Amino acid sequence: MPGYSDPGFDTLALHAGAAPDPATGARAVPIHLTTSFVFESSDHAASLFNLERAGHVYSRISNPTNAVLEQRIAALEGGIGAIATASGQAALHLSIATLMGAGAHIVASTALYGGSHNLLHYTLRRFGIDTTFVQPGDLDGWRAAVRPNTKLFFGETVGNPGLEVLDIPAVSAIAHEAGVPLLVDSTLTSPWLIKPFDHGADLIYHSATKFLSGHGTVIGGLVVDGGSFDWDASGKFAELTQGYDGFHNMVFSEESSVGAFLLRARREGLRDFGACMSPHTAWLILQGIETLPLRMARHMGNTEKVVNFLVGQPLVARVGHPMLASHSSHALAQKLLPRGAGSVFSFDLKGSREQGKAFVEALKVFSHLANVGDCRSLVIHPASTTHFRMGDEALAGAGITQGTIRLSIGLEDPDDLIDDLKRALKTAEKAGA
Amino acid sequence: MEVLVNGAKTYAYTGGKAFDAAQPTVVMIHGVLNDHSVWALQSRYLAHHGWNVLAVDLPGHCRSGGDAPSSVEEAADFVAALLDAAGIEKAALVGHSWGSLIALEAASKLKERVSHLVLVGTAFPMKVSPALLEASLNEPMKALKLVNVFSRSTLAPPPSTLGPGTWVYGASMALGRRVLASNREVNLFHRGFQACDRYANGEAAIAQICCPVLFLFGEHDQMTPHSAARGLLTIARSTGKFRQISSVPVGHHQMSEAPDETLLVIRDFLAL
Repeated sequence: MPGYSDPGFDTLALHAGAAPDPATGARAVPIHLTTSFVFESSDHAASLFNLERAGHVYSRISNPTNAVLEQRIAALEGGIGAIATASGQAALHLSIATLMGAGAHIVASTALYGGSHNLLHYTLRRFGIDTTFVQPGDLDGWRAAVRPNTKLFFGETVGNPGLEVLDIPAVSAIAHEAGVPLLVDSTLTSPWLIKPFDHGADLIYHSATKFLSGHGTVIGGLVVDGGSFDWDASGKFAELTQGYDGFHNMVFSEESSVGAFLLRARREGLRDFGACMSPHTAWLILQGIETLPLRMARHMGNTEKVVNFLVGQPLVARVGHPMLASHSSHALAQKLLPRGAGSVFSFDLKGSREQGKAFVEALKVFSHLANVGDCRSLVIHPASTTHFRMGDEALAGAGITQGTIRLSIGLEDPDDLIDDLKRALKTAEKAGA
Repeated sequence: MEVLVNGAKTYAYTGGKAFDAAQPTVVMIHGVLNDHSVWALQSRYLAHHGWNVLAVDLPGHCRSGGDAPSSVEEAADFVAALLDAAGIEKAALVGHSWGSLIALEAASKLKERVSHLVLVGTAFPMKVSPALLEASLNEPMKALKLVNVFSRSTLAPPPSTLGPGTWVYGASMALGRRVLASNREVNLFHRGFQACDRYANGEAAIAQICCPVLFLFGEHDQMTPHSAARGLLTIARSTGKFRQISSVPVGHHQMSEAPDETLLVIRDFLAL
């Protein structure tokens, strides 16, 4: 029954979670910059605190502007609800901290954003949570890495930096055999390119800083629950299926048959860790999401043109995008990401580290900085920036060469992007002469 | 809490409070492809405001064992057996959709043992279209989507069961999938719809109840529109048992799209 009651993606991107403000008639979502909310009575206050009635108490726990954003991303992902956090890293930490404590184990893809790798490999080990890393395409590796104390599988829809596509149906099946959920970082793809719940993922998080916000203005994160994972049946998650002393001995999986994760994440994680999102940030991310379908279509169109240009350049040794048949994830990308595998990718220049630096410094339209998913095109040369301390061997281990360049393709005229790249390639060529 | 009813383990959510024999009791009965959690907010509130709450999972649904009821009458017998098993002499019955028919039929049988009857999103007859019945059997995911699309009234629901940030449509879809998966032997979707469709005793039942009755409608309910309960209302009025009719500005997801309004109407009625 298509129609307003069964809206499509573009309509949800504009309307999910939001209605004209009943108090003022404001059509745009109001920014509720308030720390707290007045109780109607003492009984109303007690009922809100005790989860007998739903509403807002204090903006660290929830806020009406943030709630619109949470509903909107849940609608776009096909989830049951979401929680907005201070950053994508906060969303990842909230997800993990809700599901486990010291003594637990995670199986994660090797192809992760550096910040996520740091959290798992260094920081969480200090708190007693161990991680085994496996190549995202090594299905036997995922299975073999499972231990009795494993609580989570984790990967990125398209991995960093090589854009290896995570085989979500296969990896989620292995996770479910092991009685654990699959958490997916969908930052680089956004729900416009892939809806991981449709393929078997259980939890999704975004660095909303990137494509959801889309304008390089704010830092924020979102974690979405698909409501699909049966915590009771797993038997591994006392955090959700046994009484929690920190909240009136509530058994979250009894309270909500499908929403136990979100209940605990908000009632414990936001309450105690406090990594909440500012309502102003939520509003800016909402502004971004309203044009997400339009922007993503343009991102992908521009990316295709730039990739095709780079493939034909003699100074370019390799272009690492799954749209190319030469990419190891090409077939999987065709299956899981029919609209494209994102607009962030890398390519290798033939040449030295100095040539890579010369290339980046010659660009005029591309901005040289450490971010992705902006409406503006971005570039970084890992060997001289994020990975500058690494020698050749270490770089090779990370899948990076002296001439690797990472691009995030924006919304400019594609001809201007290609002209900019042509100029920079000439400069790099001269630098190697 | 768990109670043995007709030899089967039966789960009832008690709203976070232990059973207290000194308090009045309310039994809350869910609809097709739902479970106790659709009453999460209302049941927790009532449990902390002087009521024993038993928000049951019907037999064969989610946490409850036993055979899933194949008729409203069978489910009503279960409610009576539940009261006996839990040692409850008298209770208020609150039902939603299919659960409203079960509550109605149980109230007609239990007579004075029922103190209040609340019918949320009710209709009689509660006919299910042949196409939807067939889809519930052979294409349950398609039917689940249809039901939830028909039940939804807004793209901007207020803070709900999971608190602010709940996407009610998605939560209802996920719950339907979970309930369906909870019984590998019986298609709970089709069995529940069939029970609704075949129930023929509604008018006789409402003529026999001995307690006040509240009709709570969703103003935009496409599943059980207000007009579909006209016959029940007429009889309830004629017997003098009719006490109240209320409506909330939503569709068939009264408890999740209008949790506060639904709670307050039920709370005030139970205080009568």
